[in-house]
Amino acid sequence: MMTRITEEVVREHGLSPDEYQRIVASLGREPNLLELGIFSVMWSEHCSYKSSRKHLRGFPTKGEFVLQGPGENAGIVDIGGGLAVAFKMESHNHPSFIEPYQGAATGVGGILRDIFTMGARPVASLNLLRFGAPDNPRTRFLVDGVVSGIAGYGNCIGVPTVGGEARFDPSYNGNCLVNVMTAGVVKKDRIFRGKASGAGNPVMYVGSKTGRDGIHGATMASDVFGEGGEERRPTVQVGDPFAEKLLLEACLELFRTDYVVGIQDMGAAGLTSSSVEMASRGAVGIELDMDRVPRREEGMTPYEIMLSESQERMLMVVRKGAEDAVKEIFSKWDLDCEVIGRVFDGNVIRIVEGGKTVAEIPVPLLTDDAPVYDRPSKRPAWQDEINSLDVSSVPEPSDYNASLLKLLSSLDIASKQWIYRQFDHMVRTDTVVLPGSDSAVVRIKGTDKALALTVDCNSRYCHLDPRGGARAAVAEAARNLVSSGARPMALTDCLNFGNPERPEVMWQIKEAIEGIKEACLALEIPVVSGNVSLYNETSGVSVHPTPAIGMVGLIEKAACHTRQWFLADGGIIALLGNDGPGLGGSEYLRAIHGIAKGAPPELDLFLEKAVHQACLQGIRAGIISSAHDVSDGGLAVALAEACLNPDGPVGAEVELGAEGPRADDALFGEAQSRIVVSLAEDDLDRMREIAEKAGAPFRVIGRVGGASLKIGKFIDMALDSVRDAWSGAFEKFMGSR
Amino acid sequence: MKFGIIVFPGSNCDHDCYHAVKHVFGQEAEYVWHKSTSLEGFDCVILPGGFSYGDYLRTGAIASFSPVMNEVVSFAKNGGLVMGICNGFQILTEAGLLPGVLMRNKGLKFICEHTRLRVENNESRFTSRYSGGQVVDIPIAHADGNYYADSETVARLEGEGRIAFRYSTSDGSVSVAANPNGSISSIAGILNEKGNVLGMMPHPERALEGELGSLDGRGVFESILGRVMP
Repeated sequence: MMTRITEEVVREHGLSPDEYQRIVASLGREPNLLELGIFSVMWSEHCSYKSSRKHLRGFPTKGEFVLQGPGENAGIVDIGGGLAVAFKMESHNHPSFIEPYQGAATGVGGILRDIFTMGARPVASLNLLRFGAPDNPRTRFLVDGVVSGIAGYGNCIGVPTVGGEARFDPSYNGNCLVNVMTAGVVKKDRIFRGKASGAGNPVMYVGSKTGRDGIHGATMASDVFGEGGEERRPTVQVGDPFAEKLLLEACLELFRTDYVVGIQDMGAAGLTSSSVEMASRGAVGIELDMDRVPRREEGMTPYEIMLSESQERMLMVVRKGAEDAVKEIFSKWDLDCEVIGRVFDGNVIRIVEGGKTVAEIPVPLLTDDAPVYDRPSKRPAWQDEINSLDVSSVPEPSDYNASLLKLLSSLDIASKQWIYRQFDHMVRTDTVVLPGSDSAVVRIKGTDKALALTVDCNSRYCHLDPRGGARAAVAEAARNLVSSGARPMALTDCLNFGNPERPEVMWQIKEAIEGIKEACLALEIPVVSGNVSLYNETSGVSVHPTPAIGMVGLIEKAACHTRQWFLADGGIIALLGNDGPGLGGSEYLRAIHGIAKGAPPELDLFLEKAVHQACLQGIRAGIISSAHDVSDGGLAVALAEACLNPDGPVGAEVELGAEGPRADDALFGEAQSRIVVSLAEDDLDRMREIAEKAGAPFRVIGRVGGASLKIGKFIDMALDSVRDAWSGAFEKFMGSR
Repeated sequence: MKFGIIVFPGSNCDHDCYHAVKHVFGQEAEYVWHKSTSLEGFDCVILPGGFSYGDYLRTGAIASFSPVMNEVVSFAKNGGLVMGICNGFQILTEAGLLPGVLMRNKGLKFICEHTRLRVENNESRFTSRYSGGQVVDIPIAHADGNYYADSETVARLEGEGRIAFRYSTSDGSVSVAANPNGSISSIAGILNEKGNVLGMMPHPERALEGELGSLDGRGVFESILGRVMP
């Protein structure tokens, strides 16, 4: 620990000179290298949210369902009957771009740990993926690796991957996005939190041994400490889903006892962040003895041990005297479990090696006193240009059938079966609505209830209008849940942006956060957990702003849910919501005309809410037999998708409104707040009444039946060609089944 | 009837099998830890799906050395009913209770989807409630379900009526296109010589309740129960 802290060492730890001065001033001395390492990870963007924290503060986080808002390992909502649901979404973008299989796999591992740490058994995972342009040479490689990685981890651990979203855009050429979400079910009175308490209680370590993988600043550490020939470890960790499965089962077994005081997973920044955050939440001190940490290799320094990001590890505080009983549970599962420290009255984190203190830092300096930046922001100069769109200069297609086929085979719209076929989406035998519909529905055994889950974000909208796009993402997520008969309870977000030190990116961040807030307030859906991923930038190109929204809804009667597909026994097709202009930023403009411009469609949140209410009531009353949200590709694509019932395609004949926008807009425009529903003719009056009471526009547009899809005088296509275009595109792109 | 559901480290369909036996069929069910050395009192033992020991070696290879497998072998030798589903099937082949091996799927990817199976033998203790040639909808979820055995073994399985299920189209024709994983002779499930051990890659426990999309897995459990409780 005699290494001098030079400017270079500070820089290599990702700290600015100002931040270093702040550390020296608050400690009242120079930190040693270990302490610097601890500061650097705790003050990193990932742990401290220093660029976004100020703006995240205004999120609505309370509501009738909320038991646990942001700040814990995951958010928790109350679903009644003594049960609760913990859920969260996280990003693993950077590692996945470097090593797609392991990057994505460890992302899944991390989010699963966040959920079962709280005492919940994970019941469903989802993912939101973004890749570069389809013709970018790296895209296929990344798709293949990321999908295999998610499958490899999720399938092995036995948590169904039930849904997701994948989109492609050149802005992700240098930075793919891999956001993963997991939900778990926990008894309301058996929730565990990451809070240390009780002076004298032992701090225990459980799970895989600590190795030199993923050490922050590994390069520098090697240079400084290397005695020659030391390997440089990859910064991407390798996941071991089998170890995690054991950890999951052992932890859930442990949670049936009353030994645990607090528990937290060792995710990013491993032992450092887990111990510091637990001490911080409990306002206590924690002492860790490096000699007692289970290690994978000899000669590891405290710096390496504290900063390792080895996977599948947990830190817990247990009741004094319960150590042996706890060890016994883990030894049944063949897992390492050691007492590595203790809780004491005070507020410092103390690291001991060979009986000597090698680091000591007041906890608040690492957490509450971490820097918070109000970084400068500026509306980008390019904004006017990308928002300008003269629709009249866009020619209407001569062959609408061909346009529809092209849209259906666009990778953003086409069936994602190639992806979800690789995920075990049925394990646990609870998946009532399989992937492919608006949202996945997972029943909860032993109750009548089910959860609906979705992830959404239209990142092109967010690029054109970050605030409007973020609002639309929340609205669409809620619409997807409602379309399956679920009442939205709460959301988790994963805010993926470029470099916040660019004022234009900072503007996008602020705008998007405001957009989420507006939609949350209007739709009364609180934010209960989230994650921020910044610096998604390569060679000066930032990703499109991508505030991914993961949302969970409750279906009180599991049997009373809907899917997006028309049913074979026919009925009336109706539209909840209004027609309106919707070409700006549409998939139609991009796919058919090569234009990614304009202002995304207007979103009236009051109308949105009325549509949700009408849809939900119609489903609960047993009137609506199918419901599908109108989004990418507009009404025509929504109708085509509704026809492609996996149990066998069902035709439809629909008329366009007499008035309204030009034909391509009416067919492919993405006017917001619309849901296509089908119902029996006899129920029409009751449904009209429900819609009227809710204040939602409702209009009959056609009828289910036949072997083709007909829309006005524009579309007339055999279902076979509709299906082939939609279901074969992704496979064709990947070059294999 | 009392079912034992073996739990290997990494089993992940153990809860599903328990739910099936206990809650769908109202039978007695107990988990059996892989270190257990007794199967006394059980009428039927299920080796559930999952990734035992992470399947880091060859699927099922390490689990076949678990202490409980000695008991499973003698349980089967004494005529007890043993059913291995997915990873359980893989373990049964590794333990020598069933012939052949399960290799990586021909497409090299994990596949989870509903498949159609043709019932090849409806006279076994596991399939008697089906009609011969009946086509059933039971999902698969595996990366290593590509069954292989030498031609002599396949001919013997065929001749002795030990092929329980084959992948087929919904109208019951067996073809390369209807074979999801490349299994030789489209084999999805096989029986041992005495007919008291079944191994199958598809998951009958995922097709027992209407809300999950298919009831066709019931036949397997009803056959087992029918045998003991006619």
